[in-house]
Amino acid sequence: MRHLRRLLRAGAVLIATVALSGASLVAQANDGFELAKAGDIDRENLPATPFVFAAYAIVWIVVTVYLLTLWRRITKTEREVASVAARLEQQRR
Amino acid sequence: MTAGHRLVPILLVISTVMLAASPYVIDAAPYESTMGLVQRIFYFHVPNAMLMMVASTTCGVASLLYLMRRRPTSDFVALASAELAVVLGTITLLTGPLWARKAWGIWWDWDPRLTSTLIMWMIFSAYLLLRRFGGAGSEVLSAAVGLFGAVLTPFVYWSVDMLKSLHPKTTVVATLPRPLAIPMIWCLIAFICFYIAVLILRVRLESTRATLERTYLLLED
Repeated sequence: MRHLRRLLRAGAVLIATVALSGASLVAQANDGFELAKAGDIDRENLPATPFVFAAYAIVWIVVTVYLLTLWRRITKTEREVASVAARLEQQRR
Repeated sequence: MTAGHRLVPILLVISTVMLAASPYVIDAAPYESTMGLVQRIFYFHVPNAMLMMVASTTCGVASLLYLMRRRPTSDFVALASAELAVVLGTITLLTGPLWARKAWGIWWDWDPRLTSTLIMWMIFSAYLLLRRFGGAGSEVLSAAVGLFGAVLTPFVYWSVDMLKSLHPKTTVVATLPRPLAIPMIWCLIAFICFYIAVLILRVRLESTRATLERTYLLLED
């Protein structure tokens, strides 16, 4: 009878240990991996079109803005040269 | 008006027409096997990166000539090239991450090619800031900065071959299959026309500014 009790106690300890270690393994697994939610896979496969369009838009915007600013700077400076040259001409007279 | 100035509108028209037609030329080319559609960023990204290196080398050579002979024209060319290196570098550094996000899964990596390109862009930005806020005599100091930036160019170019890098190697362009090379050459010609036209315009601006300065001095006398 005493042997049976010891055996049952040892069995209970063993079952509890296995259950606890199993639970901790599950907890660890949850720390590392998460189940995919609906739509996650679709989001992972990024469509290329927005990237290509964005790249082309950037090129066009940068080139156009640069050309416009350059043109503005040139016309402003040339106008200023003409105005100062006219003043110089007046002074000479 | 010099022959160079007469060439500007022609080059700008060629460049605009070719760039406007480029989506059709690119669309006619087949897809690259592993990257598919996103590889098409290559046709705008690579010509800009190539011309950024041309601009930085031109800036370095012109800066060296200016330091040796002190001719204003060399300084004008150096300044124009530095500005172009920043503009083309901006395009390269913005289009590259868009391609990387899809191809590598990340926007940016501190890889030798990307990092050295960013450093080169920062050097030429420093050149422009020095010219803008450096005051009198800043052209000599900025010539040294331009020379320093140009020295970095071979490292930027060969970094992908010399060091471990995620970025495609230099052999990619030389070994392009013919159907992929056609849009690449098309876009390269368009950007070369843009580059030459803008370089002439930018040198003209500096030359006009020098004339303005001289005229103001005459007015004061």
